[in-house]
Amino acid sequence: MSEKIKFTIDGKECFADKGKNIVEAAKANGIYIPTLCHLEGIEAAGSCRICNVKINGKFMTACTTEVADGIIVENNTPEIQELRKIIVETLFVSGNHYCAVCEKSGNCDLQALAYRYKMLVPRFPFEFEKKEVDAYSSKLYLDRNRCILCKRCVRSIKTKDGKSIFAIKGRGYKAMINIDYELANKMTEEEARKAMDTCPVGCIIRKEIGYITPIGQRKYDKKPIGSEIEEPVTK
Amino acid sequence: MAKPIVATTALASCFGCHMSLLDIDDRILELIELVDFNKSPVDDIKKFTQMCDIGIIEGGCANSENVHVLKEFRKNCKILISLGECAIMGGLPAMRNDIPVEECLAEAYLNGPSTKNSNTEKILPNDAELPCILDKVYPCHEIVKIDYFLPGCPPRADLIWNALVALVTGDEMKLPYEVIKFD
Repeated sequence: MSEKIKFTIDGKECFADKGKNIVEAAKANGIYIPTLCHLEGIEAAGSCRICNVKINGKFMTACTTEVADGIIVENNTPEIQELRKIIVETLFVSGNHYCAVCEKSGNCDLQALAYRYKMLVPRFPFEFEKKEVDAYSSKLYLDRNRCILCKRCVRSIKTKDGKSIFAIKGRGYKAMINIDYELANKMTEEEARKAMDTCPVGCIIRKEIGYITPIGQRKYDKKPIGSEIEEPVTK
Repeated sequence: MAKPIVATTALASCFGCHMSLLDIDDRILELIELVDFNKSPVDDIKKFTQMCDIGIIEGGCANSENVHVLKEFRKNCKILISLGECAIMGGLPAMRNDIPVEECLAEAYLNGPSTKNSNTEKILPNDAELPCILDKVYPCHEIVKIDYFLPGCPPRADLIWNALVALVTGDEMKLPYEVIKFD
């Protein structure tokens, strides 16, 4: 049996296996730390900052920090909740998120986090930046209006021989997600579905299956994101 | 105490938020016990006849008339509420925001399927009587101060009901998970 590490999150005594990052360690103890760029099973990037926690009083990203003996983690404090809400709001104003016409609505992690943190209106001005839609590949289209540049797809969606199907082109403000048409056209339906599910927003969308789940039955219609991890008492 | 007075309007929108107000069903009878309506499409009062307590704004600002009406509401209402995605972030009309106005007008009046053969003189609407289209669609709170925001497309009837009841009674507003939705 692997070595168990003892630490606390918001005062609760937690145990985790050595080598786990704090998002996974929290999950094993029934505590939800939100993630957008991080996905279990792929290398953490720490780019979206939504998983920010305070470790021994210092802000750190939970997905890139390994759990250590005796650390004191703050997660659900008003300060951190507010910080996460601000991050969600900046993402909403920097993209063009028209939830009402998005096929991902109801299954979207970004939207679900806005619901969880009760975002009624972003406090920042909307940018309304022009973004191109790329619908040239046969099974998927990219709606860059909704992309948050998390790189989940870049890091996790590969061909069998390890080639990337998605890549970021440009840097900084001009950075945008791109798709390799040739490789994308060879994807199986299952791989295309995985690509769409990997995207935390509505940027990677499968063609010809839009709005397949009725309103009321979608992932986040009834239960907040993270509620599947949290213990019933903390809901 | 006199009943609080409510005014409502629909700016650049589809009227769906007002329809959602009607989704409170038989509670509408309770509502007319709680409040009186002034300027609103609900009772067809065209002009403010007195100072109102609550102004409900559906839709964002796409043209000069929307801005004019919104400013009138700010002047005549103590509390303003942005109701629905269009009022809050421009909504579907704001999908034109990354397209220059010139291109929008050309598509609508010169090159569109229904106009390209009929509008032979290439006329763009340009009359002093017509409101001027804005460079983009603005959320209401970028034009005037808005006090409260009720998201949704449309906002759930329960959200509207909870907000109005909370405002009228002074109790804290109930915000269960199911009522905050953006679609």
